[in-house]
Amino acid sequence: MTVRPGHGTLIVGASQAGVQVAGSLREQGYDAPITIVGAELHPPYQRPPLSKALLHGGLTTDALLFRSPEYYAEQQIELVLGERIAAVERAADGSGVAISASGRRFPFGRLALTVGARPRRLSMPGADLAGVRYLRDTEDALALRGDLARARQVVVVGGGFIGLEVAASARQLGRSVTVVLADDRLMKRAVEEPISQFFRAAHERRGIALHFGVSPASALGDGAGRVRALELTDGRVLDADLVVVGIGAVPRTELAEQLGLAVDNGIVVDEHGVTSDGTTVAAGDCASFPSPVPGPFGRMRFESVSTAVEQARVAAATLAGRAVPYRTAPWFWSDQFDLKLQVAGLSCGADRDVVRGDPNAEKFSVLYYRDDRLAAAECVNSPVDFLAVRSALGIGRTVPAELAADTSVPLKKLLQDVRDVPLESVR
Amino acid sequence: MPKITFTSATGESRVVEATAGDSAMQTAVRNGVPGIVGECGGVLSCATCHVFVDEADLDRLPPMSEIEDEMLDGAAEDRRANSRLSCQIPLSDDLDGLKVTTPEFQE
Repeated sequence: MTVRPGHGTLIVGASQAGVQVAGSLREQGYDAPITIVGAELHPPYQRPPLSKALLHGGLTTDALLFRSPEYYAEQQIELVLGERIAAVERAADGSGVAISASGRRFPFGRLALTVGARPRRLSMPGADLAGVRYLRDTEDALALRGDLARARQVVVVGGGFIGLEVAASARQLGRSVTVVLADDRLMKRAVEEPISQFFRAAHERRGIALHFGVSPASALGDGAGRVRALELTDGRVLDADLVVVGIGAVPRTELAEQLGLAVDNGIVVDEHGVTSDGTTVAAGDCASFPSPVPGPFGRMRFESVSTAVEQARVAAATLAGRAVPYRTAPWFWSDQFDLKLQVAGLSCGADRDVVRGDPNAEKFSVLYYRDDRLAAAECVNSPVDFLAVRSALGIGRTVPAELAADTSVPLKKLLQDVRDVPLESVR
Repeated sequence: MPKITFTSATGESRVVEATAGDSAMQTAVRNGVPGIVGECGGVLSCATCHVFVDEADLDRLPPMSEIEDEMLDGAAEDRRANSRLSCQIPLSDDLDGLKVTTPEFQE
């Protein structure tokens, strides 16, 4: 491809979404310059393994890289690392110049924001002690891996995916692990009650202690600047030589705010990934978007690979001059010990659920229905069910709830057998 | 370094030099080979790196795990006798010359 001279697209954020915007632009024949600017020094990489295989499986950081250097060169995608964009100056037509903290200037015709999110931090006495860790990027993960090698008693704050994946990794390394969480059940934002209850018992069976409904009050030091214990709001004190905090992430909206873009728990975009200025696009963890599936949902923000990739494809289509709406049902996964959790669709507002398989065998799925239509599935060690539901949601199909519990019949077969129920806005 | 040939559903071939230890999926994605998505990064969660392995190469591959077998049942394009998930094929000099064909659909 011969790239036209000019300013093209500047992608701020060398993230999963950022790399996908660039790649999708080239796949669609976009022939203007593309530059990706990233604040980290590592070339763009996968984040999901940071809480799993990188911590306990001996994975190297090189194994995480999305693309080879030759790929960026061949595709004429300029990758600039170690530069954090601090300010953006813009003309009325959407073009402008982004300026990094070091003063480097990046002119652009169009701007794509794929800036991600940062970990929500605890504010409490002792929060700055050594041995109180967060996990977001490669450097965090390498530091945490180093601490885990020496730690004996690990306390994890937060019972979401990151917290539980780190807890499982630490336990697999033989550490004593306690998880404390403010919620009354695990992964409350992501899954429904039956899955939370299953994971509670499964983690306890594997030797993890769980304390619900409590928060850290303060971290106590050992006199040499390192954490030795965590005091909880109920007065208990847990010995800890490593505290890992996984209490959610906050979208990076500073640049959007500086640009005067609408922000509402993320950078507000429409179904084409376009922000409120009508020209800038945003995708991934930083974006707040209208629900891609019909249902009683408002705006949402998702932190998952699949939404980052799909939104990036949509944003790239917009930049390339083709309007493709975002209509893909979200899906995500979490690996904890030997338990593979895979979720497809949005279960909120469901009015019926069907359990398929045997929770005692640690292999089962829960299917969720809204108004008699399949809306979501949460699957444990049941990839076939997950794939069938993901595919069904993609093409607007359902499976009768009264047949779904019969594990002698593959879901895929049931999907093929049911009469199509047309759904107004599913592709 | 092992060489691997990826052929698309429409018959276009591309030979890629792999880094030993990388999977066939990683090799394809890192080098921008179309037809392989690998959205989950190789942890058996997405089934978007389905390939058809050249019959002559089948015996050279490591055996299939139960979960790979199950995932292939749910792949977007129907599995065949020579189907594998390319994230489960670690490349080494022993696999030099491996040939795989990508399906028409991964998603």
